[in-house]
Amino acid sequence: MRSFDYLRVDEIAAAIAEGALPETRFLAGGTTLLDLMKLNVERPASVVDITRLPGLDAIEVGDEVIRIGALARMSKVADHPGIKDAAPALSESLWRAASAQLRNMASIGGNLMQRTRCTYFRDPGAYANCNKRNPGSGCAAKSGINRNHAILGISDACIAVYPGDFAVALVAFDATVIVRGSVERRIPIDSFFLLPGATPHREHALALGEMIVAVEVPRSPALKRSHYLKVRDRASYEFATASAAVGVELADDGHTIRDVRIAVGGVATKPWRLHAVEAALKGKRFDEATLRTAAAAAVKGAQSSGHNGFKMQLTPKVIARALMTAGDMA
Amino acid sequence: MSPARPITLEVNGRRHDLQLDTRTTLLDALREHADLPGTKKGCDQGQCGACTVHIDGERVLSCLTLAAQAEGRRITTIEGLRAPDGTFHVVQTAFMEHDAFQCGYCTPGQIMSAVACIREGHAGSDDEIREYMSGNLCRCGAYPHIVAAIRDAAGRMSKGAAL
Repeated sequence: MRSFDYLRVDEIAAAIAEGALPETRFLAGGTTLLDLMKLNVERPASVVDITRLPGLDAIEVGDEVIRIGALARMSKVADHPGIKDAAPALSESLWRAASAQLRNMASIGGNLMQRTRCTYFRDPGAYANCNKRNPGSGCAAKSGINRNHAILGISDACIAVYPGDFAVALVAFDATVIVRGSVERRIPIDSFFLLPGATPHREHALALGEMIVAVEVPRSPALKRSHYLKVRDRASYEFATASAAVGVELADDGHTIRDVRIAVGGVATKPWRLHAVEAALKGKRFDEATLRTAAAAAVKGAQSSGHNGFKMQLTPKVIARALMTAGDMA
Repeated sequence: MSPARPITLEVNGRRHDLQLDTRTTLLDALREHADLPGTKKGCDQGQCGACTVHIDGERVLSCLTLAAQAEGRRITTIEGLRAPDGTFHVVQTAFMEHDAFQCGYCTPGQIMSAVACIREGHAGSDDEIREYMSGNLCRCGAYPHIVAAIRDAAGRMSKGAAL
């Protein structure tokens, strides 16, 4: 691990000033950063410990909006009674991620900023070629073992999956990321994450020195009737092979879809909202055949890279099952 | 090398004044500098749970925590679990009675994790124990006995046995 300076701050302004210096990283839970520093993927010259900043760990479930401070830990949000009641998919996406120990450490802001688990990205000793780690060097995954790689949102430069669960739920329910630098900005979650395109080393919309201070999620009937389904290679403590965050609101007749939200994880280069599938379902009858037909369109334009073609079949099934569970049909 | 900096840790109620490179993890600080080798180093990458300790009463991974981050926090390791008179913790006793280990290397992490799992209220059924203990791997495969020990200890603790 490269040697670094460690600095602890107790004011946001000080953190932002330090964070704007080159080769500096904010350290919260450390579950991504310290891991990647041990692997020599992250090599900061300075680390700014923000865990003692006051007032950034509140969880507020208001009548209109849920606001979660960036330093709230995953376990606290997952177990919060108000979140479980108003937003089951948010709670489920958190407790089905990582392990109990990691959830006690990892912050909500850091969770959004977690980096891909692409094995080539994580192994600079064996693979020099990774456009995300070393821009312009190529992509070892495209001709390598890519069973766990993305089929949606990929580019010639990168096929790495965004690994998180919580952000998938946030994307489905139109969250906003609140960041602070010289000024405070509100960034819609879908534009917070960037497609890899020709610049896969750029993963998010944060400017140098900017820090996530909170996320906000508007409350809705679909969020109240939501579900996060995570399909993976083992029953617990594993990243998604394919996942879906969904929510549904039925009309008073009990079977017409008034509102529906769908986003998928484990299959795309960023948390992936499926507006077209949602549009195809609105106003239709909530039954299995309709859901399966609409879900099939989720992989329109998707591309296999060799080993991950099974995700073409798996993704629509995960969406349909998640919706049936949310609608009490499973 | 980073210059060493003074770092004070409070472990099992005792103060340790250490001089540590900023890169030192809490795990290495405990094992190599505070003479507390009970906490085990497995993967050193946050994937196996062998290094589980409590910080301010909550289970965390000491291999992904910088020692500097733990300053001013209350750290508990497996060495601090016994009562002052030497009596084993209920979970330690249950692990022995249920033969919940083979080689024993993962055991300190399993026990620290189990104590927290019960305290959190996540030991209500075998399925819940498996889910909330999934961050502690056992390569000997002692899982059925580990689950039985935790279920037993949770029952005894709910009946008022000392935490």
